[in-house]
Amino acid sequence: MRPRVLVVDDDPALAEMLTIVLRGEGFDTAVVRDGARAVDAFRDSHPDLILLDLMLPGVSGLDVCKEIRAESGVPIIMLTAKTDTVDVVLGLESGADDYVMKPFKPKELTARIRARLRRSDTGSAELLRVADVEIDVPGHQVTRAGRPISLTPLEFDLLVALARKPRQVFSREVLLEQVWGYRHAADTRLVNVHVQRLRSKIEKDPERPEVVVTVRGVGYKAGVS
Amino acid sequence: MSALAEDPAPAPQRLARARAAQRRARWGRISQAARGGVSFWSRSLRLRVLVLTLSTSILVIAVLGLVLQQQITDRLLESKRDAAIAELENALGVTQSQLSNADPEETSLQSQLLNVVNVLGRPVDTGAAQGGKAGVFEPVVATLRGVSVTAGLWSDVPAELRSKVSEGTLAWQYTSIIREGQQGAALVVGGPAITGTDSFGVFLIFPLSGEQRTIQVIQRTLLVAGAALVAAMTLIAVVVASQVVRPVRRAAAVAERFAAGALEERMPVKGAAELTTMARSFNGMAEAIRAQIRQLEEFGRLQRRFTSDVSHELRTPVTTVRMAADLLHAERKQFPAHLGRATELLVDELDRFETLLADLLEISRHDAGMAELNAEPTDVRGHVESCVTAVHALADRVGVSISVEVPDDPVIAEVDARRFERILRNLLGNAIDHADGGRVEVEVADGPESIAIAVTDYGVGLRPGEAGLVFNRFWRADPSRQRQTGGTGLGLAISLEDARLHGGWLQASGTPGLGARFRLTLPKVSGTLVTGSPLPLRSPAHREGRDDHLDPHDDADEHIIDPVAVRTEGARDRDPRAGIGR
Repeated sequence: MRPRVLVVDDDPALAEMLTIVLRGEGFDTAVVRDGARAVDAFRDSHPDLILLDLMLPGVSGLDVCKEIRAESGVPIIMLTAKTDTVDVVLGLESGADDYVMKPFKPKELTARIRARLRRSDTGSAELLRVADVEIDVPGHQVTRAGRPISLTPLEFDLLVALARKPRQVFSREVLLEQVWGYRHAADTRLVNVHVQRLRSKIEKDPERPEVVVTVRGVGYKAGVS
Repeated sequence: MSALAEDPAPAPQRLARARAAQRRARWGRISQAARGGVSFWSRSLRLRVLVLTLSTSILVIAVLGLVLQQQITDRLLESKRDAAIAELENALGVTQSQLSNADPEETSLQSQLLNVVNVLGRPVDTGAAQGGKAGVFEPVVATLRGVSVTAGLWSDVPAELRSKVSEGTLAWQYTSIIREGQQGAALVVGGPAITGTDSFGVFLIFPLSGEQRTIQVIQRTLLVAGAALVAAMTLIAVVVASQVVRPVRRAAAVAERFAAGALEERMPVKGAAELTTMARSFNGMAEAIRAQIRQLEEFGRLQRRFTSDVSHELRTPVTTVRMAADLLHAERKQFPAHLGRATELLVDELDRFETLLADLLEISRHDAGMAELNAEPTDVRGHVESCVTAVHALADRVGVSISVEVPDDPVIAEVDARRFERILRNLLGNAIDHADGGRVEVEVADGPESIAIAVTDYGVGLRPGEAGLVFNRFWRADPSRQRQTGGTGLGLAISLEDARLHGGWLQASGTPGLGARFRLTLPKVSGTLVTGSPLPLRSPAHREGRDDHLDPHDDADEHIIDPVAVRTEGARDRDPRAGIGR
């Protein structure tokens, strides 16, 4: 079955071009041209991934992103023409998993999409523990004291990557490669923002993290279980 | 009494004169000290007011004091004199009646004169003290003709006065007498007492010790009062000066804050009329300047905003074109040859266009002061090597060889790796473009507070004056020159901004026909400013070959970036050098 991508972009030419390229690469696409209709379209079409332009008429891309993220962990890749840290971080903080900067090459975009759609296929029952958090890897379930915690697939992948090698310190570059699928070092802001988001969900006190611990000057590691 | 003669310098006056001289000497010392501190003098209004007030008030009070003292002394002596003369006339009458039948025989005359002196020296019938209003006196009586017979202290009577009296006139004179071992001033009045047979001189000596004491008291009082007055005036002057100076200082502080960029800073309009006028004028000026600056800032902001917006707005269509071009490019094998080539050109030029867009955006970010420095301690040798490796293929294609000279030890500095590599790539690309197939040398040096990287080529070089122009946007030494590296014309301008963002320098030097050299100097600690570079700006090879007829001001070509301008936020836009050719 072909993965379905929802394209939210107000520029008709770009939207059409994206459709052409994505179809050529083996995806099904649906296009929404304004922010107000994006959430409804998401509910109707149940896409596997959303390509979201941040600059939209009507409801802004950031709001769309937040709204969708509130009800789903569907991978969201934002398209942005803005390169300033503030804009990128704002987008990531509102829930986007990754971003692609305009102008991008088709290959770059499809690589990003594939990386987000690629699911770690673990057949065997694998149960990980970090601090007081339990991770059921094949069941995509994270619980603390029996209470489930809802994570997006990306956050789940990030947590699993850290939890599988509890003693290893992961640099941001390594995490970018393992979780986001970047071949060469890219924007480490991605890691920072998502670690913050992950912490806000799984830590008892995000100011004093126990599950995802910062190793100053190096990166992150899983907390002691 | 008009015939009365006068001693040229009565004692109290001499005293006053000596004091005046002393004061003059003191004033001389003060003025000398003032001359010594001319620089402070001209700077401190308070000091000037203090010294001027002090000197003027001392002068005025000294003159006043002298005049006053003179007046009092004169009045005092005058009344003494009048009383003394009245006493003398009385004494003359007594003498005349006593000596009307004097025996001219010497010894009896002597005793008669003594008798007169005794009578004169005693208080007459009144119970009052001897001398009455004129005070105590010592009478002296002497014959004026024939044998000299005297009674009383004849030696204390000045000879001049004796001769005047012998001529038949009433006269007076000041002299000095010794009483009880102490010298003192005295007034001597004398007149002739003519009897039927003979004439006698009667002299009354009035010691002036009482008057001297009075004058001394007056002098002391005047001195104390004068000093108090001078002190009071000085104090008032200093207080007033302070009151003038304080608002002036406050105004200066406000002006300084305004100059430092606090454009909302205003002077409080209160106090003296002059000050409120000044405050109002200043505020008016400040308002005008602020409006002007705001307007210019607004223009600048709009301009930058426009550049940024254009760059952003262009990105969406470029993305579409890019995707379409890549799609075509992937299928170009199926096209006829000319369409295939066209597709290739389309994709290549799109790359260039995208680079230009990215550069425009980057420079607009620098212009807007939005560029961020992510400095981390880095061994720059690694970045130098990787940048050189990255341009090797390009250098080979145009036949340029690149040699790298790096220290064996790590060269650590807090740099923003992305920006640092961008500067290096731009310098290398620029050098390769202008090396004319020669060689390019890269040197790295480690200094105490800074690191430096120099990129030297041996190509066309720079003409005098061009070293400052190379950093201008879209500037080309030779418009016909082909760019090998596909540079956008913004590379060096962005590199300069990147270097400034680090607090460092990016400078160029060159000699026509021999080559050019670019030197990047960055501080080791982020946030500090570069003060010197471990590498020379001018390549020794370029220097050796310099012709003598070259511009003697060639060193002015060295495009030195004012470090101060880097630190002050927004000052870049006001730096006149930064604005050249934009």
